[in-house]
Amino acid sequence: MTMLRHVAIAVACGALLLLLSYRLDLYRDLQFAEVAAEVGAVAGLTVLIGISGQISIGHGAFMAIGSYAAALLLLHQHWNIGYVIVASGLVAAAAGGIMGIAAARLRGPYLAGATLMLAVALPSLADKYQSVFGGDQGLSVSITPPAALGATFPLQRWFVWLSCAATLVLLVLLANLVRSRIGRSWRAVRDDEIAASLAGLNVARLQILAFVVSAACAGVSGTLYAMVTTIVTPDAFTLTLSIGLLTAAVLGGLGSLLGAVWGAAILVLAPPFLQDFATSHGFSSAVSSNVPIAAYGVVLIVVMLVFPAGIQGGLRRLLGPAAPVAAAPFSALRRHAPAREEKEEGTV
Amino acid sequence: MADNGGAAGNGAAGNRAAGNRAAGNGPTGRAGSALDIRDLAAGYGNVAVLDNVTIAAAAGTITAVLGANGAGKTTLLRTISGSVRARAGQIEIDGMSLVRRAPEEIARAGVAHVPEGQGVITELTVEENLRLGLLLRPRRERAAAIADAYQRFGVLGDRRRQAAGTLSGGERQILVIARALLSAPRVLLLDEPSLGLAPKIVAQVMDLIARLRDESGLTVVLVEQNARSALEIADKGVVLNLGRVVAESDAAELAADVGLRRHYLGF
Amino acid sequence: MQEFIEFTLGGLASGIIYSAIALSLVLIWRGTRVLNYAQGGMAMFTTYVALTVINDTGGNYWLGFLAALAAGFALGAVLERGVVRPTVGKPPLNSVIVTIGILIFIEGLAGIIFYNGQSASFPPAYSIVSLKVGSIALGVSWNDVFTAAAVLAAAVLLAALFRYTTVGLRLRATAFNASVSRLLGVRVGRVLTLGWALAGLIGALAGVLVTPTTFLNPNSMDAIFVLGFTAAVIGGLDSPVGAIVGGLVLGVVLSYVGGYLSADLIELAGLAALVLVLMFRPSGLFAPTAVRRV
Repeated sequence: MTMLRHVAIAVACGALLLLLSYRLDLYRDLQFAEVAAEVGAVAGLTVLIGISGQISIGHGAFMAIGSYAAALLLLHQHWNIGYVIVASGLVAAAAGGIMGIAAARLRGPYLAGATLMLAVALPSLADKYQSVFGGDQGLSVSITPPAALGATFPLQRWFVWLSCAATLVLLVLLANLVRSRIGRSWRAVRDDEIAASLAGLNVARLQILAFVVSAACAGVSGTLYAMVTTIVTPDAFTLTLSIGLLTAAVLGGLGSLLGAVWGAAILVLAPPFLQDFATSHGFSSAVSSNVPIAAYGVVLIVVMLVFPAGIQGGLRRLLGPAAPVAAAPFSALRRHAPAREEKEEGTV
Repeated sequence: MADNGGAAGNGAAGNRAAGNRAAGNGPTGRAGSALDIRDLAAGYGNVAVLDNVTIAAAAGTITAVLGANGAGKTTLLRTISGSVRARAGQIEIDGMSLVRRAPEEIARAGVAHVPEGQGVITELTVEENLRLGLLLRPRRERAAAIADAYQRFGVLGDRRRQAAGTLSGGERQILVIARALLSAPRVLLLDEPSLGLAPKIVAQVMDLIARLRDESGLTVVLVEQNARSALEIADKGVVLNLGRVVAESDAAELAADVGLRRHYLGF
Repeated sequence: MQEFIEFTLGGLASGIIYSAIALSLVLIWRGTRVLNYAQGGMAMFTTYVALTVINDTGGNYWLGFLAALAAGFALGAVLERGVVRPTVGKPPLNSVIVTIGILIFIEGLAGIIFYNGQSASFPPAYSIVSLKVGSIALGVSWNDVFTAAAVLAAAVLLAALFRYTTVGLRLRATAFNASVSRLLGVRVGRVLTLGWALAGLIGALAGVLVTPTTFLNPNSMDAIFVLGFTAAVIGGLDSPVGAIVGGLVLGVVLSYVGGYLSADLIELAGLAALVLVLMFRPSGLFAPTAVRRV
């Protein structure tokens, strides 16, 4: 039943986006496609953190894996783009599985450290194996709209269609997964690992699975991102990207798929907007390129301190009667590093 | 003293305290204060644990707080020491309000809370734990006070360089009590000091508590599951049930009230 | 042999910087269970402060040096009080996000205040010409010796502070058990602020010491922070000794990898070292044997 509902919603959204893609100019279309491409990675991360209770501050690494896999498949195998998206998602999922095996043993900052180092180390592979990955120059990714759409069909619009379609499929799959038995098990592990394992759940396997799913989303997202930007370079996957994904997930509201959409939109659209704003108010370019960064930091801190359930949590509080839902994902990570004071609370 | 302390009653305890205040000796260096709790309410989240609790502990007495699991005894001590916020009512020592103060400020005002079980900082040595108790004392008194503690509690002196985590349960209990005394409290809050201890050690701990009252006029609020041994040394007993005071009277009277004992205290 | 000496000493020289960053992370982690992702950004900012002071005083290095330390101390205290304190008692992710927010903000702010589009060079305290014994180059300079001595001196001073003073006792007691410390009258809030201030100072020290080798821009401490973090994780986040050893081990390993194999492999070697250590010791090399968290 939920499956049907999710599909229906997705089809409706798809139709709406299709119309929208005709209304926007081509530059906006490109931005639009970029947002849609990033949504997948943010959604995967929000599920990993908000639902399964594990952290990754190096999720850009999985996007990089997806991007390079897609670029290589397109260059050497000339596969159909649909197959490429699926295949690169699978490659990233495999990498996620390896990370997940390590992650299942690690907690809190140790896990954060490992994922951070992964994000830093991975792009350097591209330099090491230049003949395969093209070094700093990267690999070019070129796709063309199918001939059936006509010779004049703009590439940008095709990007929008592809990104939106692939991302909607991902979101439907994620939404169902989150509401399935697996999703419930993830929440149980998130809320209390010990209780979950006593209840017969295989905690390690569930945690690995969460990494696999989340990495697959990032891989697909990376593929779409590579297509939209038409090139894959190590520079695209700096720590800044990983931190950007994390902040997008937090701003949107952890554990919320709709929140991931808001977060991705802000991640892509806010910086150029702020930079234009600063430039138009007479700052030099060196300064104004830093204004969005500083503003981003402030927003992040303020949101976390005053609005910890993110945008989606805020919307829910405004629109719906039941606020506690929004706060729920956060009880999640409480297990990782219990504050000392809390230990004694509650034993009456 | 310990054996007939229960029979001594309030008046006698008050006299003892007055005598000691004049003498001004004993391990803590200063005499106890009166603790007044009026209409206190407290709880966690949506759960109300204490409701309308009124207890008056005279200076230099032991007040035993008794009751079943979940009656609110530990919460009462935590509310006094500021770890749990009072929702209504008043807590005063010698007329000075403690309500809405941070735990560290309440400790500085002279209330030493020995929490149940986990009060030892296991990573620090025995001596470092004791030195934590001394932080509130003037610098010049510290050396003498710690020497006095080692003399009084020989077992701690023998192990002063060991990590406190290596001590047995009974030794830890002695350590936390000794540490609380080193801060020269006016009011000592003891939560289940006999928990998990062998009967012989329980007797020693109870004896120690009674001696502290007798020697230096310390005011003690003693929370105990072990109602019988608590009432033996206490001057006054308070029985909590579901967060309310259901009985408050002379310790000997409480111990003699068979119905009350059966119903609430289980002995 | 010449290469070996050079790589080893050079590795130790860069490793001691990772040690300093790791030490500042451990200081904060032990006290507040917060991992300060902004530590590198803070060090970058205080190094800019030092550079500004040096330029304004006509090249007085030591005034700049002291200004950086003071700025680090103040910055740590202000950040703890202002934005980190409100995350106490909340889920750990909140503090992760807040410190990342601080990092981004500080980098943006440095870009606005100090950065003109070009990296600045930062002067070393002493000569950076490699020392020689006979004809053998050692791979370290007087400045490296100063760097190592400064970090080790800071570590020893900190250890003495923790071990022998009542302030240190308060710091340790709070780190191990804040609620019990409160009951003993320790003003935990002030102690935590002090912990952050000390960490800020150590981080600032690392920034001033390392920047002559890296140039200075808003992102110049990122890579060093990541390696410092890695060193702290390898050593075990609860262990100051682990932080120092972790930094030195990491420095030497990376130096060998860079020297004997390929400079492109340095980051991967860091990841490999991290993964290897964590596979066998999920809480780092120097994790306390007595597990106290359940």
